[in-house]
Amino acid sequence: MENPKPVKVALIGNPNTGKTSLFNQLTGLTQKVGNYPGVTVDKKQGSCKLSATKTAIITDLPGTYSINPTSVDESIVLKSLLNTGDKDFPDIIVVVADVENLKRNLFLFSQVKDLEIPIILAINMADQIDRKGISLDVETLQKELQTDIVLISARKNIGIDAVKKAIENCAEASITQPLCSINHKIDEDYFEKLKEVSSNHTLYELWLMITQNNFPATISEEEKKRLLEFTQDVSKVKRYQHKETIHRYKQINDILKRTYIVDHSKAKDLRSKLDRVFTHKIFGYVIFFGILLLIFQSIFDWSTAPMDFIDATFANFSEFIKINMAPGVLTDLITDGIIPGIGGVVIFIPQIAILFLFVSILEETGYMSRVVFLMDKIMRRYGMSGKSVIPLISGTACAIPAVMATRTISGWKERLITILVTPFTTCSARLPVYAILISLVIPEKKLLGFFSLQGFTLLSLYALGFATAMISAFLLHKTLKVKSTSFFVAEMPNYKLPSLKNVVFDVLEKTKAFVLGAGKIILAISVVLWFLASNGPQSYKDVEQNITENVAYKNLSSEEVQQKIAAAKLENSYIGIMGKSIEPAIKPLGYDWKIGIALISSFAAREVFVGTLATIYSVESDDENTSTIKERMRAEINPYTGEKMFNLPVGMSLLIFYAFAMQCMGTLAIVKRETKSWKWPMIQLFGMGALAYLASFITFIIFS
Amino acid sequence: MNTIATLLKGETGIISEESLDVIPLKLLEMGCLPGVEVELLQVAPLKDPLYICVNGSHLAIRKEMAAQIKIIKS
Repeated sequence: MENPKPVKVALIGNPNTGKTSLFNQLTGLTQKVGNYPGVTVDKKQGSCKLSATKTAIITDLPGTYSINPTSVDESIVLKSLLNTGDKDFPDIIVVVADVENLKRNLFLFSQVKDLEIPIILAINMADQIDRKGISLDVETLQKELQTDIVLISARKNIGIDAVKKAIENCAEASITQPLCSINHKIDEDYFEKLKEVSSNHTLYELWLMITQNNFPATISEEEKKRLLEFTQDVSKVKRYQHKETIHRYKQINDILKRTYIVDHSKAKDLRSKLDRVFTHKIFGYVIFFGILLLIFQSIFDWSTAPMDFIDATFANFSEFIKINMAPGVLTDLITDGIIPGIGGVVIFIPQIAILFLFVSILEETGYMSRVVFLMDKIMRRYGMSGKSVIPLISGTACAIPAVMATRTISGWKERLITILVTPFTTCSARLPVYAILISLVIPEKKLLGFFSLQGFTLLSLYALGFATAMISAFLLHKTLKVKSTSFFVAEMPNYKLPSLKNVVFDVLEKTKAFVLGAGKIILAISVVLWFLASNGPQSYKDVEQNITENVAYKNLSSEEVQQKIAAAKLENSYIGIMGKSIEPAIKPLGYDWKIGIALISSFAAREVFVGTLATIYSVESDDENTSTIKERMRAEINPYTGEKMFNLPVGMSLLIFYAFAMQCMGTLAIVKRETKSWKWPMIQLFGMGALAYLASFITFIIFS
Repeated sequence: MNTIATLLKGETGIISEESLDVIPLKLLEMGCLPGVEVELLQVAPLKDPLYICVNGSHLAIRKEMAAQIKIIKS
């Protein structure tokens, strides 16, 4: 039997309508996350078996209230629907609507319908119809909207087969016509002229092209020129957009009057009761900070065991390869470059997954919107928005997803400030650095008899990171001259129990995106570092000969000679030379060239600090017993003072340096992509770098 | 002059026709239209933003925006 080409289906709908639930039900484990070209918006696709012979490729478009975009995510919807020539252009669109707010959902439906692409309306939460006192005349509604309607309950897996059936039938029928004739009611002349520009596109498509200034490849230069003439009178276009919106709502109202009745007395009042608690002026904040505490506590408590396990596994694996492969450059590359590089990414998975788990649950339940509502006024004093809270919380796991999470902030200045200050929050990559330095230089004493001094130091560093983020946000707020029309609106969705399937898919998808995105960079830098540490100019190649021929070393055992060689090799390798060349600059902070190497390599990712020092000290350690990195660091002697290298002043200075410095290429890359210029990541790099240098210098002096 | 910002918690009003030009497109698209009833559900602890219900949509908007949208109190 011949296998027909799969049908391309796009899911579109308001946020919080259960669009993602439907997507998960239709595609299950076949879903894949890719990227739209040029932007970092996730493109979720999956396949779905419609019948024995037919399959569909389903794309989950970002949630939006309208085709007219106000954010990067939303602009994807417009682009996907205007680009008729694209290979991914949908054959069928399924609009997912929430039965409780059918009016607003139908607004988006009416826009999509006017694009004259075959369309199906899936009304979700159909199981709630009776409970909410809603009565719905589906048959009349189908006729009025000229579309197939399917009632579903995506979470309960009801009506999914009907959706598949509708997609299959729709693919065969595919007769379409616009719902709202925008031209007659607003300005007939204007729209008639517009229609004449191109016969290949519907009137509404042409209208979208001029209002959104988005011209697909199917529009010729000549046509584009004519379209641009329509945009000359900006205020007219704007006025017509407003009129169009009102016209659409009017038409929807007329239709719903005949088909949709809500008995408000039946509607449950759970929302307002919960709102009263969650947005209460005292309990609201108490609950929020309680949840924050729970999140942080869990990130640390739950992740210790899996992180130790990952750490040990990668170390063992590296050891295993070393023993079983023939020694050589390739083995070295694998055991000292690639495996630790991958390990350096994988080790963060537990913490990041736990954080995403909480964020996902809070968003699924609808609670996150209440936090936005609660925090907006406070955050605005610092030039940010209530929506900045989510990125700042996410920043405690990793700044990369946090910067991406700022997309929901509509004001550019508020969003920019959030992006700029997010790297100050203590991300999980700083944690291993803090942990080892604290255990080295802070005594294991109790404060007031019960409070661990080491724990208190760690907590202070978190507080420092957060305070610095807020202070710098305030300064940026007062000094940044950025044009921005800030306009804030947040939907307060109904409270829901989180769906396990949605949460699991969400966590998997985000974690995967982090591992693949940040992982590539960290892995690449690890390999580069390995190369720089195991290669060098002529002096590096001469090391072995010089030492074995040196008369002063004649009496040493062969093992001791090997260590001397290893140490000298490191010193003469490319990275050793780099470390030495920055030594004068970092000496005032109390560091030597070996720490300098660690600082340079930390630009890949902060946690590389520990690994680098482990490498440096391991190649030159002269005692078999000092096996752990901590012991090796403790044994390290400052070549200038003859005292211990990691004493209190150096340790504190390093802690402060890592708290402030922008040492993360991954974040810089993502900031560049999100702000579309190198200006802002460079400001972060040098601004935070200068602050780190100055603060560490002062810290070193205070503690010396 | 009454605006959404002058409503007390629990009060309702009808958005006036003259507000059409000051309401941003996005808010219109979310159902906040002239001639529609708006109810103030909650006020955030620091008196801003406001939590309203309009045309079946539950939205949080800032006070400065709310103060521009004129209404007729019911």
